[in-house]
Amino acid sequence: MPSTTDPRTRRLSRAGHDSSVDSAHGGARDHAPATARPASAREGVDPGDGTVRLVDADGVRHPDATYDAWVEDVDHAALLRLYEDMVVVRRIDTEATALQRQGHLALWPPLLGQEAAQIGSARALDVDDFVFSSYREHGVAHVRGIAGADLLRVWRGVTGAGWDPHEARMAPMQVIIGAQALHAVGYAVGILADQETDERGEAPGSGATAGAAPTEAVISYFGDGATSQGDVAEAFTFASTWTAPVVFFCQNNQWAISEPVSLQSKVPLVERARGFGMPGVRVDGNDVLAVLAVTRQALHRARTGGGPTFIEAVTYRRGPHTTADDPTRYRTSAEIEHWEARDPVDRIAAHLRAEGALDDDGEARVQAAADAVAAELRAGVTSIADPSWPDVFADVYAEPHAELDAERDAYARYLDGFETSEGGGR
Amino acid sequence: MTTQTMTLAQGLNAGLRQALRDDDHVVLLGEDIGALGGVFRVTDGLQREFGPRRVVDTPLAESGILGTAIGMAYRGYRSVVEIQFDGFVYVAFDQIVSQVAKMHARTRGKVPMPLTIRIPVAGGIGAAEHHSESPEAYFVHTAGLRVVSVSNPQDASTVLRQAIACDDPVIFFEPKRLYHVKGEVDPAVDLADAPPMSAAHVVRPGRDVTVATWGSHVATGIDAAEAYDGASIEVIDLRSLSPWDADAVTESVRRTGRLVVVHEGPRQAGVGAEICATVTERCFEHLEAPPVRITGHDVPYPPAKLEGHHVPDLDRVCFAVDQVLGRVPLDVPTVSAAVRSGGEMAA
Repeated sequence: MPSTTDPRTRRLSRAGHDSSVDSAHGGARDHAPATARPASAREGVDPGDGTVRLVDADGVRHPDATYDAWVEDVDHAALLRLYEDMVVVRRIDTEATALQRQGHLALWPPLLGQEAAQIGSARALDVDDFVFSSYREHGVAHVRGIAGADLLRVWRGVTGAGWDPHEARMAPMQVIIGAQALHAVGYAVGILADQETDERGEAPGSGATAGAAPTEAVISYFGDGATSQGDVAEAFTFASTWTAPVVFFCQNNQWAISEPVSLQSKVPLVERARGFGMPGVRVDGNDVLAVLAVTRQALHRARTGGGPTFIEAVTYRRGPHTTADDPTRYRTSAEIEHWEARDPVDRIAAHLRAEGALDDDGEARVQAAADAVAAELRAGVTSIADPSWPDVFADVYAEPHAELDAERDAYARYLDGFETSEGGGR
Repeated sequence: MTTQTMTLAQGLNAGLRQALRDDDHVVLLGEDIGALGGVFRVTDGLQREFGPRRVVDTPLAESGILGTAIGMAYRGYRSVVEIQFDGFVYVAFDQIVSQVAKMHARTRGKVPMPLTIRIPVAGGIGAAEHHSESPEAYFVHTAGLRVVSVSNPQDASTVLRQAIACDDPVIFFEPKRLYHVKGEVDPAVDLADAPPMSAAHVVRPGRDVTVATWGSHVATGIDAAEAYDGASIEVIDLRSLSPWDADAVTESVRRTGRLVVVHEGPRQAGVGAEICATVTERCFEHLEAPPVRITGHDVPYPPAKLEGHHVPDLDRVCFAVDQVLGRVPLDVPTVSAAVRSGGEMAA
């Protein structure tokens, strides 16, 4: 049904992506293991206290009857790449924070502590999948191939969106808390509509697509605070009753600016899923391997007609909400230390070292690669040209708008009244 | 051209059917729009004809409907959203104002939002609370949206198709009072030949006073023009409120020297204020009298038994014409008196 000439519906070329990275995680469109049970709507509905964890805080790998199968292709080389991803995005985050402190960025929301949640989930995606995120998913953006200046353009205050959403298969960041969850559902409904070949197709939610060939899926990222928003609840309802191919990935980082998660919910967030009739799974969000496993399972369910899944990735925001925040006003250093001991990068490094897959030289190589990315980021941001005044009026409408054009022209005449550009002219 | 006699609701239905036929990426989203055909029957029979994937009954959540339409737009779909009643659109306000209206600008044109948001509007039908609102000013005030309102069955069909074909988001107001008004409709007008959606129509020419209005009050204006003794009244159907056709209105006022704006929404910062300000700026030297607004009062929409005191009618329009002709004094409201008296007390 979609027009092949419509740029909004065209498929992303794989050429723009690092295929070696994709293939590191199996390379297939879908990562269903041969031994996995078929996706079931019952699966994961009762989380109990069973937080999924494959690699503990000390780097020890624990077998898991359900989830090992979802990462059986992840060998040492692949795990090293996940480790490198996390080191790189942590370095990007450090550099961006410094750039903000030095006046190159207006604001920056750090991701420190959430590297595993973002890398593990983003590496589960196929290039054709689409991402609707909040404003802290720099790790996800990195995996989608968004680099350098594009990652920081918005934070420098030069534009409203740093990248082409269709190129990156990732919507611009969302500041209105939770609004993007609905956009993800709409995109997923569009996938269902595209699947229809019969003009008199089945209604959404009829299950008519169950068993169909694997197709694209959508993932929406939001935080623990967003689960209190009506839009997120509405997204759960719409996705569930329509069996939409979407994954709701909640990074429970414990804090919504100064408000603890206990103010958002009396029960573990994962329990929200049950009431909406979708599977929920709680995962150690600082365990990149476990996050990869649960996200692959959820995406597989989405692609094969099983509908939405809610993932609660339990993690911690170790930095401030943004560079304008002061977390010492609302939480203790003891709490930060508790989570530092559960660092997502350290545990994979420890695991790889114990396996003999990482040594000092290896760590140094990864750090050097991360430093190179940071240097590229710094060079990129300082080379971003300031926008010019006509951009104020640009693209407000898709079709001609004579009234706004006249308003712009009047402002141009006003600017022309100044004698020099130093005087404020154009 | 083949015309049929249709109600305005049937004209809308014909427009939707044509749009669904013309573009397989047009989808309808709303509450009760499927088997029921909408509470006003505007989507009657469309789900049967086009299937439940294109005429989609949604869960009861207006923000959810808009958010879904946004995601579908990312995917290349052109959604026509039905908001069941005007008073129900407020819960979708963020998705419309923060998301739909801004998306094209913030993505520098990469992500258009070709949504049409249909909203039954205004009162005069003895409806329950929250079923008679005139919220147009909120949307006119929002950059990135276009806002239109129709006054007759032919426009209902044609302008709706134009709105759906437009790559910008369009708020499409359907006056509830007019759903059952009949007229001749050619449902297959070639949109290339149709007047632009944003162009006003002079529906009744006149020499002495310009009455500018839209929606159900076009009929009020025409009734007043026919009833009024001793002056010739020109009635303009604005059709589009954002952008609005200032050229058409100022051209008329330069001839008549007098302007009356009629709308049902509250006066304060209403669309009439913008029209009066612009006309005053552009043809100050042509004005024989200050422009006058006939509007709903600055009150919550009153209970049905009182709406006759709120909704503009023929008598109030004729009174305004009396005012701009100098036959009765301009009645400057009591606010200025209160301010004066407050000032004296302070002194």
